[in-house]
Amino acid sequence: MTNSVSISEKRTARLAKRHRAESRFKWFGRLSIGFGLACVLFLFTDIISKGIGAFTQTYINIEVTFDEDKLGINQSSSEKEIKAASFGSFFKKSLREQNPDVTGRRDKRALYALFTSDAPLILRDMVLADPTILGTTQTVSMIADDDFDTYYKHSYGRDLEEGEIIGRLSDFQISMVEKYVEAGVVEKRFNTILFSNADSREPELAGIRGAVMGSILTLFVTLILSFPIAVATAIYLEEFAPKNKITDFIEVNINNLAAVPSVIFGLLGLAVFINFFGMPRSVPLVGGFVLTLMTLPTIIISSRAAIKAVPPSIRDAALGMGASKVQTVVHHVLPLAMPGMLTGTIIGMAQALGETAPLLMIGMVAFIVDAPATVTDAATVLPVQIFLWSDSPERAFVEKTSAAIMVLLAFLIFMNSLAVWLRKRLERRW
Amino acid sequence: MSLSTLLIVVLAGAILAYMLGRTQSYQIAKPVGGVRNLAALPNYYASLMGLWALLPALLLIALWSIFDGAIIDSLVRATLPDEAKQLSDEDFGLVMSQVNNAAIGIGGGALDEAYQPAIEKLKSLNNTSVQAMPVLAIIVLVIGGLLGFRAVRAENNARYAVERIFNGTLIVCSTIAIFTTFGIVFSVLFESIQFFRKVPIDEFLFGTHWSPQIAIRADQAGASGSFGVIPLIVGTLLISFIALLIAVPVGLMSAVYLSEYASNRVRGIVKPALEILAGVPTVVYGFFAALTVAPAIRNVGDGVRDWGAENGYEFLASLNVSSESALAAGIVMGVMIIPFVSSISDDVINAVPQSLRDGSYGLGATQSETITKVIFPAALPGIVGGILLAASRAIGETMIVVMAAGLAANLTVNPLEAVTTVTVQIVTLLVGDQEFDSAKTLAAFALGLFLFIITLALNVIALRVVKKYQEQYD
Repeated sequence: MTNSVSISEKRTARLAKRHRAESRFKWFGRLSIGFGLACVLFLFTDIISKGIGAFTQTYINIEVTFDEDKLGINQSSSEKEIKAASFGSFFKKSLREQNPDVTGRRDKRALYALFTSDAPLILRDMVLADPTILGTTQTVSMIADDDFDTYYKHSYGRDLEEGEIIGRLSDFQISMVEKYVEAGVVEKRFNTILFSNADSREPELAGIRGAVMGSILTLFVTLILSFPIAVATAIYLEEFAPKNKITDFIEVNINNLAAVPSVIFGLLGLAVFINFFGMPRSVPLVGGFVLTLMTLPTIIISSRAAIKAVPPSIRDAALGMGASKVQTVVHHVLPLAMPGMLTGTIIGMAQALGETAPLLMIGMVAFIVDAPATVTDAATVLPVQIFLWSDSPERAFVEKTSAAIMVLLAFLIFMNSLAVWLRKRLERRW
Repeated sequence: MSLSTLLIVVLAGAILAYMLGRTQSYQIAKPVGGVRNLAALPNYYASLMGLWALLPALLLIALWSIFDGAIIDSLVRATLPDEAKQLSDEDFGLVMSQVNNAAIGIGGGALDEAYQPAIEKLKSLNNTSVQAMPVLAIIVLVIGGLLGFRAVRAENNARYAVERIFNGTLIVCSTIAIFTTFGIVFSVLFESIQFFRKVPIDEFLFGTHWSPQIAIRADQAGASGSFGVIPLIVGTLLISFIALLIAVPVGLMSAVYLSEYASNRVRGIVKPALEILAGVPTVVYGFFAALTVAPAIRNVGDGVRDWGAENGYEFLASLNVSSESALAAGIVMGVMIIPFVSSISDDVINAVPQSLRDGSYGLGATQSETITKVIFPAALPGIVGGILLAASRAIGETMIVVMAAGLAANLTVNPLEAVTTVTVQIVTLLVGDQEFDSAKTLAAFALGLFLFIITLALNVIALRVVKKYQEQYD
C-alpha cells in the first residue's frame, strides 16, 4: 500500500518536473524571438535617433550689403568680372562690420568659422543670378558650419553635464552662437543640401545625390545585364537542357556561386575587368558588371522556381496545338513565370543595392564631388558613401551617415515591399 | 561617336532591318497566295533579318572594344627607341604610361625627343581606332542586313533559323556561370602563384606573423613584410565563433518556437519581422557595430574593471576592452545571420514528418521532449548543414569586420582584444593605390584564394552532410 503511494507521488513529482521543463523550453523559444525582434527594433531606433537630426540644417540669417566699391564690381560688370571679384574678403569684412566688438585675429577667424566655407561662393552665385542686388542690403540665409549646426541642434539650451561633448566650438564661438540665437536670426530648416549635393569634405555641404546617382547607374547596368542573362539561363536549364554532365556542371556552378563571399567577386572584377581588360576604375559600368555576376545566381534560382511552378499541362496544351518548343516557352511559359522572375529580380537588385565590399575593390571608394551622369563617369554608391562617411571624424558626419543609411533602408524597404506585393498580386496558384 | 551613341545607332539599324524584313515578307507573300503559304510567319522573317543585322555588328563592337588597347599597345611598342626596349618590366610600364599621358596631352615634357614618334603613332592610332570602329560597325550592319534580306524567301522557313539563334543565345547565357567560376579561380590562382614565387607557401600557411608593409624602394630601411596567415585565421575563426554562438541558439530556438508552438497569426507577423535582419545591408551592421555596440561593450568593460578595483577583485583590474574588440564584430555578425540559421532550421524541422511527432505524443511525451528527443535527431543533418553554411557566411562576411574589427594582426583568442580577419586584410590591401606586382597586392589574392577554398569546402561538406545523413521517411 505504502509502496504504491510513493510511486504515485514520485510520478506526480516527475510530471511536475517535466512540465516545468516544458515551460522552460517554451520560454527559451520566446526569449530567442524576443532577442531577434529586440535587435531589429534597437537597430532601427539607434539609426533613426542618430540620423534624424541630419534632415534639418541650421541657417543664420545675416544682413549683407552688397557694396559695389568693396566688391570692385557694378551692375554692368560682365560675368567674368563678377566671378573674379573677391567675395571671400568681402564676406569677412561684412562679418567684422556686423560684429565690431570682435577683435583679435583668433576671434575673427573663429567668427568666420561659424559659417560654411562656401559662404563666398553662395554670395557670388546670388550676384551672378541677379546683378541688380549690387548696392542693396539683402538678408541672406547662410548655411551654418557643421560645428555650429551640431552644437545648436544637440547641445544648445540643454543643461549639459560635466564633460559632455558639446562639439568642437570654443567658448568664444559658443558666446557668438548665443548672440546670434538671441538675435533671432538662427533657424532650422529641412535639409535640402543633403539631397541636392554630392560628397564634400565639409559636413554641412555634403549630400547623397552623387551616391544615389551612382547607385542608380550601377543598378541600371546590373539590371539590364542580369535580368536577360538570368532568365535565359533559367529557361535553358528548365526547358531545353539535356540531362548530361555539362548541364550538371552548370547547375553545380550556379549553386556554388550563390555561396561565394561577395568580396571574392571584387577580386574577380579587379583582376579581370580592370587589370586584364583595362577598363577604367571607379565607374558604374564595371560596378554593374561585378554586381551582375554576383546577383546572377539569386535571380537564376528564383527564375527556375518560377518556371517549375508553371504546370506541365500548359506546355502540353501548347505543344498539342502545334506550337514549337520555343513558341511554347516564349508565348506561354514565360508570361506565366514572369511575376516570379520579377520578384526574384527585385530581391536580387535589393541585394546589389546594399552591396559594398566588391565595389571597394574596383575603386568605387574615390572621393567624388560631382554627381555622375553616365555609366563611365567616376562614381561612388550609397553603401560605399556610408562606409566613407562613417570613417570621418566629424560628429556631423555620424549624423549624415545615419541619414544616408535611412535613405538606403527606405529604398530597400520599398523594393522588398514591391516584391512582396508583386508576389501576392500577380502570382497564380495552380 | 561615343560608344553609347553607336549602340543606339546599331539598335535603330536593327529595328529598321526588322521592319524592312516584315514588309518584304508581305511582298513575297502576294505572288504565292498570302501569308499562309509562306514557310514561316512574317514576324520570323523580320526577326531573322533584324538579328542578321544586329548580331555581327554587336560582335564587332565588343571584340574591338576589348582588343583595341592591346593591339595599339603592341604597335606603339615597335616604335619606341631601342633604349626603352631594354628596360625592365616595371620601368617599361612606367614609360608606356608616360607615353599614354603625353598622347592625351597631360604631363608633357617628361619624355625626350626620342619618344616623339611613339607618341605621334599612339595619337594617330587612337584616332584611327575611334573613327574606324563606327564606320566598320555600320558597314557590317548593312551587309548583315542584306544577307538577312536574301533569306526572306517564301520556301525558306525562317522560324528554324530564329529558333536556332534563340537556343544558341540561351546556351551562351547559361555558360556565363561556368565562366564566372573559371574567372574567379584563374584570376585568384594566377595572382596567387605569382605571390608564392615571392613568398614561400609554407611561410604563408604556417607563419604566425602578419605585417604586409613592403618597402616601396629597395633601399628603404625597416619594413620587409611578413606574410604568415595564422593570426588572420585565428581572428576570423574567433569572430565567426562568437557570431555562431549567438546565431545558432537564437536562430534554432526561434525556428522551433515558430514552427512548433506559435499560432499562425504570430508566425505571420514575427517571421517577416525577423527576416528584416537578413535584408539590412552589411555596411549598416558595420556602422552599428563600430559606433554603437563596440563603445557599449567598452563602457561595460571599463565599468566592470572599476567595480573590480573598488571591491578588491584583483583579476578584474587588468581587464582592458579594445574599442575594436572581436566581441562587438562577432555579436553584430551573429545578429546578422540569425535569420539565415532560422530559415534553414525552419525548413528542416518542417521536413520532419508529422507521423513522428504523433508517435511521440502517443507515447506520452511532452512537446519539448518530442522536439529534443525526436525532431532534433531527425533534423540533425539539416541543422548541421545549415550551421556549416552559416559559418561559411560568417567567414566570408566583409563589411562588419572592416568597419568594426581591427587592422593589426594579433594572435590571440581573447574576444576583448582587437583581431583582424582574412576579409579585412583583402580589403585594406586592395583599397587605394596599388601596384599590381607588389607582394602586398598579390597577398590579397592569395588570401582570396584561401577564402574561396574554405567557403567552397564548407558548402560542399554541408551539402554532403545533408545528403548522406538525411533519413528518408517516405
